[in-house]
Amino acid sequence: MGLLSRKVTCNNGQNSSYFLGWQEYEKNPYDDVKNPKGIIQMGLAENQLSFDILESWLAENPDAAGFKRDGQSIFRELALFQDYHGLPAFKKALVDFMAEIRGNKVTFDPNRMVLTAGATSANETLMFCLADAGDAFLLPIPYYPGFDRDLKWRTGAEIVPIQCTSSNYFQITESALEEAYQHAHKRNLRVKGVLVTNPSNPLGTTMSRAELNLLVDFISNKEIHLISDEIYSGTVFSSPGFVSIMEIVKDRKLENTGVFNRVHLVYSLSKDLGLPGFRVGAIYSNDNMVVDAATKMSSFGLVSSQTQYLLSAMLSDKKFTKNYISENQKRLKQRQRMLVSGLEEAGISCLNKSNAGLFCWVDMRHFLSSNTLEAEMKLWKRIVYDVKLNISPGSSCHCTEPGWFRVCFANMSEETLRVAMQRMKVFVESISHVRSQSNHQALNNSRRRRPLPKWVFRLPFQHDRDPEGR
Amino acid sequence: MAANLRNQNQLLSKMAIGDGHGENSSYFDGWKAYDKYPYHPEERPDGVIQMGLAENQLCFDLIQDWLMKNPEASICSPDGVLNFKDTAIFSDYHGLPEFREAIAKFMGKVRGDRVKFDPDRIVMSGGATGAQETIAFCLADPGDAFLVPTPYYPGFDRVLTWRTGVQLVPVFCASSNNFKITKSALEAAYGKAQELNIRVKGLLITNPSNPLGTILDRETLKEIVRFINEKNIHLVCDEIYAATVFTNQHNFVSVSEVIEEDTERNRDLIHIVYSLSKDMGLPGFRVGIVYSYNDAVVNCARKMSSFGLVSSQTQHLIAAMLSDDEFVDRFIAKSKELLDKRRKFFTEGLEQVKIDCLNGNASLFKRMDFRRLLKDQSFEAEMELLRVIINEIKLNVSPSSFFHCSEPGWFRVCIANMDDSTMEVDLLRITYFMLQNRYRNKVVKVPTKKQRQQSSLKRSLSRRKMEDFM
Repeated sequence: MGLLSRKVTCNNGQNSSYFLGWQEYEKNPYDDVKNPKGIIQMGLAENQLSFDILESWLAENPDAAGFKRDGQSIFRELALFQDYHGLPAFKKALVDFMAEIRGNKVTFDPNRMVLTAGATSANETLMFCLADAGDAFLLPIPYYPGFDRDLKWRTGAEIVPIQCTSSNYFQITESALEEAYQHAHKRNLRVKGVLVTNPSNPLGTTMSRAELNLLVDFISNKEIHLISDEIYSGTVFSSPGFVSIMEIVKDRKLENTGVFNRVHLVYSLSKDLGLPGFRVGAIYSNDNMVVDAATKMSSFGLVSSQTQYLLSAMLSDKKFTKNYISENQKRLKQRQRMLVSGLEEAGISCLNKSNAGLFCWVDMRHFLSSNTLEAEMKLWKRIVYDVKLNISPGSSCHCTEPGWFRVCFANMSEETLRVAMQRMKVFVESISHVRSQSNHQALNNSRRRRPLPKWVFRLPFQHDRDPEGR
Repeated sequence: MAANLRNQNQLLSKMAIGDGHGENSSYFDGWKAYDKYPYHPEERPDGVIQMGLAENQLCFDLIQDWLMKNPEASICSPDGVLNFKDTAIFSDYHGLPEFREAIAKFMGKVRGDRVKFDPDRIVMSGGATGAQETIAFCLADPGDAFLVPTPYYPGFDRVLTWRTGVQLVPVFCASSNNFKITKSALEAAYGKAQELNIRVKGLLITNPSNPLGTILDRETLKEIVRFINEKNIHLVCDEIYAATVFTNQHNFVSVSEVIEEDTERNRDLIHIVYSLSKDMGLPGFRVGIVYSYNDAVVNCARKMSSFGLVSSQTQHLIAAMLSDDEFVDRFIAKSKELLDKRRKFFTEGLEQVKIDCLNGNASLFKRMDFRRLLKDQSFEAEMELLRVIINEIKLNVSPSSFFHCSEPGWFRVCIANMDDSTMEVDLLRITYFMLQNRYRNKVVKVPTKKQRQQSSLKRSLSRRKMEDFM
C-alpha cells in the first residue's frame, strides 16, 4: 500500500512550463544594477504600479496598522477574533469597494460574502460546494494554469475545455459551449457548471455583454452553475469597460429565478490592490446553502484578523478608494500601451481590444517554424534562455493554437520594461535577418521562383486585424 | 417545496448539503446560550460565562507592550512601511524565511531547547485547523482512517474528515488509568478497523491533551512510536498546547525528542501540527504549522498551503516578535507562571466544595469530575446535568460526550479565557451549585468498572458513528 495519499504523487499541473520558467528566473533574476543580463520576470501577474498610493494612506492612518481604533488599542479583540463570518466592518467595506469598481451599477450584501485565504482558496472552496469528485466544470481556453490545481487537485473535480480560437478573438460561442457540454457527456462526466474569468486571464480582455448573456442562457438551459472569477475587475483601463455577471443578472431581472442562485462570484485583493501576500479572497453567492457551507469551509483558510482590520479601515475611506481606483487604472493603461507599442516596434501584435488585466496576450505565431506546440516550446525556450524574458507560453494556459504568449507588464519598473522591449526587438531583428538570408539563398538556389514564406506576410503593417479601438 | 429541495440536493455537492461540518450537534447549545446572553460584570452580571472556549487571554499585556516598543514590526506603520511593498507582494508558499526561522526557534524554546527544528520543514497553514486537514490530505485517501484516542477534540470530526473523506477510528481510553493510551487499546482499535476492512493510515494524538489537559510520559510516547513503526502507519502529533505545561511538573516531552533519541525508528512516519493560537493566544492571526520529517509530505503540504497561507503582514509581525529572544524567554516564563497561578486558584476553589479534577499538568482547561452528581451513569443524565449547568449556574462548559469520552460525568472547563474577577465569579457559582446539590442529596456512588462498561456498550449502540467500534 502507498505510504502517502494519491494526492502527493499526482502531477496537478505543477510541472508545466508556467512553473519551469519561474524556476529559471529564480536561478538568474534580472537586477538593473547587480545582474543586468539576468532574466526579466514577465510571467508574474502582479500589480506593482500603485504602492505609493497605499503607502501614503498608511502614513496618514497609523491607527489601522497599530491595532488601534480611535486611539484605543484593540489588539486583544483582534488577536482573539477567529469568527468565520469575518469582521463585519471589513465585509461591508469590501462589498462597497466591489460595487464602486462596478460603477455602483450593482450592490452586494455583506451577508452573502464569505472571506477566504485568497482567490486560490475561494475557487477550491466553491468547487467543494458545487461539485462532487468526478463532476466537471467547463472552462474556456486559454485559462489560468493554476486552475488545474485549484479546481481539481483535492476536490477530484474535472475541467472540460470550451474551445475558443483567435478567429473571433477567443470569445465564447454558443456552439463551443454546447460542444464542450457534449464532450463531457461522452466522457461520462456530469457537468455542474461553467467557470469564467472576467476580465480574462490570460487574454487581458473583458467579456462582452453578448458573451455574458450567452452564458446566462446556457446555464439557465442546462440548470448548472456559473462561477465568474472577477479578480481583475478593478484593472479595466479602457473601453469597452467592465460588465459584471451580476449586472446582467440584474438587468435581466433574474432575481426570482433559479439562475439567481446559481451565479457565484470570486473576488480577491491580490490584483486590484496589489496585495497578494495578504491572502484576501472572497466568494459571493445568492444561494444560502452555498454561503453556509462555504462559510464553514473557510475555517480551513480564514483571513488574518490583523489584515481584515487594516483593510477595513483602508477600504472604508471612500476618498482613498475613489482616487486609488482611477489612478491605478490610468497607470495600468499607460504601462500597457508601453508594452503594446514596444512589441509593435518589434513586429509583434497583441490581442485585439485588450483593455484589462496585468498582461497582454501576444501573437508570435509568425515566428514559429511550424504550426505546432513543439515549435511553440522551442520558441519559448529561446525567449527564456537567449532573450532572457520569462513569458508564459499559450500551451501552459491550455491554448490549442500554438504561438500565443502571455506577457505581464505591471510587475516591473518602466525602465525594466524598456530593457525587455529592447531585447525583444533585437531578437526579432536577428530572426528576420537569419530568415531573410536563408530565403535569399533559397531563392538564389532555386531554378524556379518560389513564393516567399508565409511569415513575411504576417508582419504588422500587413496584419489582417481591426485596429485597436482605443 | 420538496421538488425544490430535491433540485437543490442535486445542484450542490454532497459535502455542501451533508452534516459533515458537525455543527448541528448539541455541542453548540451552550454556545448559543452564551451568544444570546453573555456575562458582563456590570451590564449582565447574571449572564452566561464562557468556559467552553480554550483561549489563552492571560498574556496580552506582554504582547501589547512589545508591539508598542517595536512599531517597525508592523509593515503598515510609519516605522515599518519601508518593508510594506516587498511584504505585501510576497505570496511565495515557502513563507518568509525569517518567519520560518523564528517559528522553528520558538518551537525549540517551548521544548526547553532540548531539540532543534529545521526552518525548511516549517510549512504554513490556515491555523491548526488548516494544518490538520492538510496532513490528512497528504497521508490518506478517501475511505482510509486515522486512529484517535478518546476523549478527543470534537473539531477533529469535521477537520479531518469532512472534505478529505477520511474516517476516524476511536482508541478507547478509560478513567481507571487516567485515560492513558495503552498498547492494548491501540491494538484493539487497529484490529477492529482491520475487521471492518478499513485501511488505517495513521494515529493522531494531541499532546498535551485536549480535553484531558495531561501530557504523555516518555515511556508512553516511545510505546506509541514503536506501535506505529510496527504497523507502518503515520504518527501525527498535535502539539498546539506545548507551551501551556506547568512549570514545576515533569517536562513536556515532544515526539521530536523521542525520535532524536530513538534513531532506529522511521522518521518518514512522524509529523507535528503546531499553531500560535493557544501558546500565544493569537487565534485571530491564523498561524498554523505543519512540520514533517518526511520530505515528500513537506513538499506536498507546502503546495497545499496555497489554500491557506499566513498573511504576509502577520508573518512579518510574528517573525519580528519571535526573533526577539529576550521577549520570547520572558513570554514563555510569564505565560506559564500566570497559567499556573490560574490553575491553582481554580483547583483550590473546587477542592473547597470537594470537586476533583483530572490530574492534569498542562493546557488552558481543567476537567472536573462530576460523575457523582449524575443521577445515573448515562449520557442522558450527563446532558441533563449540562442543561442545569448552562441554564441555572449559567456556565458554558463541555461534557464528556462532546469529546467521545467513554465515561459520562467529566466536564471540561476553560480557565484562561477570562480575567481574575470573572474567575472568582465562576468559582462562586460552582460553589453555590455544589452546596445546593448537597442539600438536594444528589450524591451518587462512583460506578464500578463493570457498570461503566455496560453503560458504555448501551450508549454505543445508539451512537451512529461509534457503533461499529464497540
